[in-house]
Amino acid sequence: MSGSSTASRWGHHITGTALAILFLSPLLWSGFASLRTDTGFGLENYARLFTSDNGVRPHHVLNSVVVSALTVGATLFVATLGGYAFGRFRFPGRDVLFLLTLAILMVPYATILIALYVLLGWLGLEDSLIGLSLVLTMFQLPFSIFMMRNSFEAVPLELEEAARVDGCDTVGTLVRVMLPAVRPGLITVGLFAFLTSWSEFFAPLILLNSTDTFTTTLAVVNMRTASHGSIDYAALEAGVVFMALPCLVLFAFMQRSYVRGFTSGALKG
Amino acid sequence: MSATMTSPPRDRAEPRHAAPRRARRALGGRRWRALVGAAYATPTAVVVGLFFLVPLVLVGWMSLHRWPLLGKPTLNLPDNFTGIADDELVESAVWFTLKYTAVMTALLFVVAFGLALLVQHRRRGVGFLRTAFLLPMAVGFASASLLFLGLLSDEIGPVNDLLSWLGLVDGYVSWTSGSPETALGSAVVLVLWRFAGFNMLVLLTGLQAIPPDVYEAARIDGANRWQTFHRITLPLMRPTIALVLTVMSTGSLLAFDQFWILTRGGPDNSTTSLVMVIYREAFVRLDLGSAAGISVALLVVLVVVNVVQFRVLRRRSE
Repeated sequence: MSGSSTASRWGHHITGTALAILFLSPLLWSGFASLRTDTGFGLENYARLFTSDNGVRPHHVLNSVVVSALTVGATLFVATLGGYAFGRFRFPGRDVLFLLTLAILMVPYATILIALYVLLGWLGLEDSLIGLSLVLTMFQLPFSIFMMRNSFEAVPLELEEAARVDGCDTVGTLVRVMLPAVRPGLITVGLFAFLTSWSEFFAPLILLNSTDTFTTTLAVVNMRTASHGSIDYAALEAGVVFMALPCLVLFAFMQRSYVRGFTSGALKG
Repeated sequence: MSATMTSPPRDRAEPRHAAPRRARRALGGRRWRALVGAAYATPTAVVVGLFFLVPLVLVGWMSLHRWPLLGKPTLNLPDNFTGIADDELVESAVWFTLKYTAVMTALLFVVAFGLALLVQHRRRGVGFLRTAFLLPMAVGFASASLLFLGLLSDEIGPVNDLLSWLGLVDGYVSWTSGSPETALGSAVVLVLWRFAGFNMLVLLTGLQAIPPDVYEAARIDGANRWQTFHRITLPLMRPTIALVLTVMSTGSLLAFDQFWILTRGGPDNSTTSLVMVIYREAFVRLDLGSAAGISVALLVVLVVVNVVQFRVLRRRSE
């Protein structure tokens, strides 16, 4: 009995460790490959990433930062107010709007981006970082609204009552009482919006068309697709690490609250 | 109720008999609160309306027109749709996308479920394993595609050396562009690496929602591991499995990044997916109407597939 359970525990450990190595090794390898040079190790690949003809320029990085900041900000703003409305108020059209928001998941991306390209042109937002951020915000809404509605619903009613007795109006209640109570949900929504908008490729590819507005992802991929002959693989791996590092750091720091928010909010209800 | 605190001042300015006034104020308060709720929902309504509903109608409208990238659109129904049927690349892309979706969904589901079962119980080292499987999720998909492009390349990638050292391959294999099979295989491995952890996480939430006493009862009844898995875990997991399969198949039908970056649709267009064809119609052939036509067809298929999937699964669980 105890012999077989020891064996199964060892089996579990060995399988788990082997799989973990398999999953971690591409990441570790890309770090290694980005630092390896002809003579040893150094930052030459990174230097080439930022100086070669169709490489990454500082304004590409700035564009990525702007798009991420706008998307995270707009997503948090819209989803907080919307989540509060869906979680705590009854108003005409509430259920229809909620279902429409979730329907964004059913009608994904690629199928309406052609129309969004035309629409943004009409709005004077062609080739614009603001237009891209608004579109990315829209695609974040199903997950974010769902998450925030559940977070607001989970706040005890007494807490809101107490604030009201103290003379807070709905805005005061939201800012002083509700926001601190839904912080785990906000962190999850914000982190998700950042990870998506920082790395997004297809929407910028369609909506941005001058190299001035390119995000870092577009610029790095462009190093691969624009080269017809030889590809500078080592510089590409440097680009991969440069793109992935902020996400990995954030993810490592926030994984606990992210996973908890995910398991408690996203799939319940 | 909360009505008194939030009622508008207008009500207070009208002196009436006490009882009806209270009723009016309660009603006004409820209406006021509905108004406040609607105000909070306005940003959501604007974003959903302007950037989701309008484009949805617009893509349908565009599909009825000859819509060049520059210049005036003209009605040309049903040319965009008959054009789809005649296009050989569309036909091969449809078959390739369906094949990819079947292969990818099956493999990804098996791997993700296996990982979820492996890290299901809290024991030593499980936290580390979960992190290891989830970490690829933090890397953007386009970045992950570039990572694998290097990893599988002969120039700097270790895969060929490793496999020939193990005696599994003979010499140089060009994984991403050598043959249709290896190109598809490269994309499948990339997607497994990038998305298995996320799907593991979703399946894990389903596994942990099964009450422990159900397993306890099965153990007392003398069920072995396979019976427990087959008779208890799988049936109770049905809603979660339905969700995961829907997300996986939808994602695969819309595949773009992995083929655009890793295989460039090649060799000889053998790994050109439907969304790549849409992109080509719009921005290489500059024919937005035709791109919209394919988009609408794809959209209809997706909605039908999702509705059927939900119907079937709901009927089964009843």
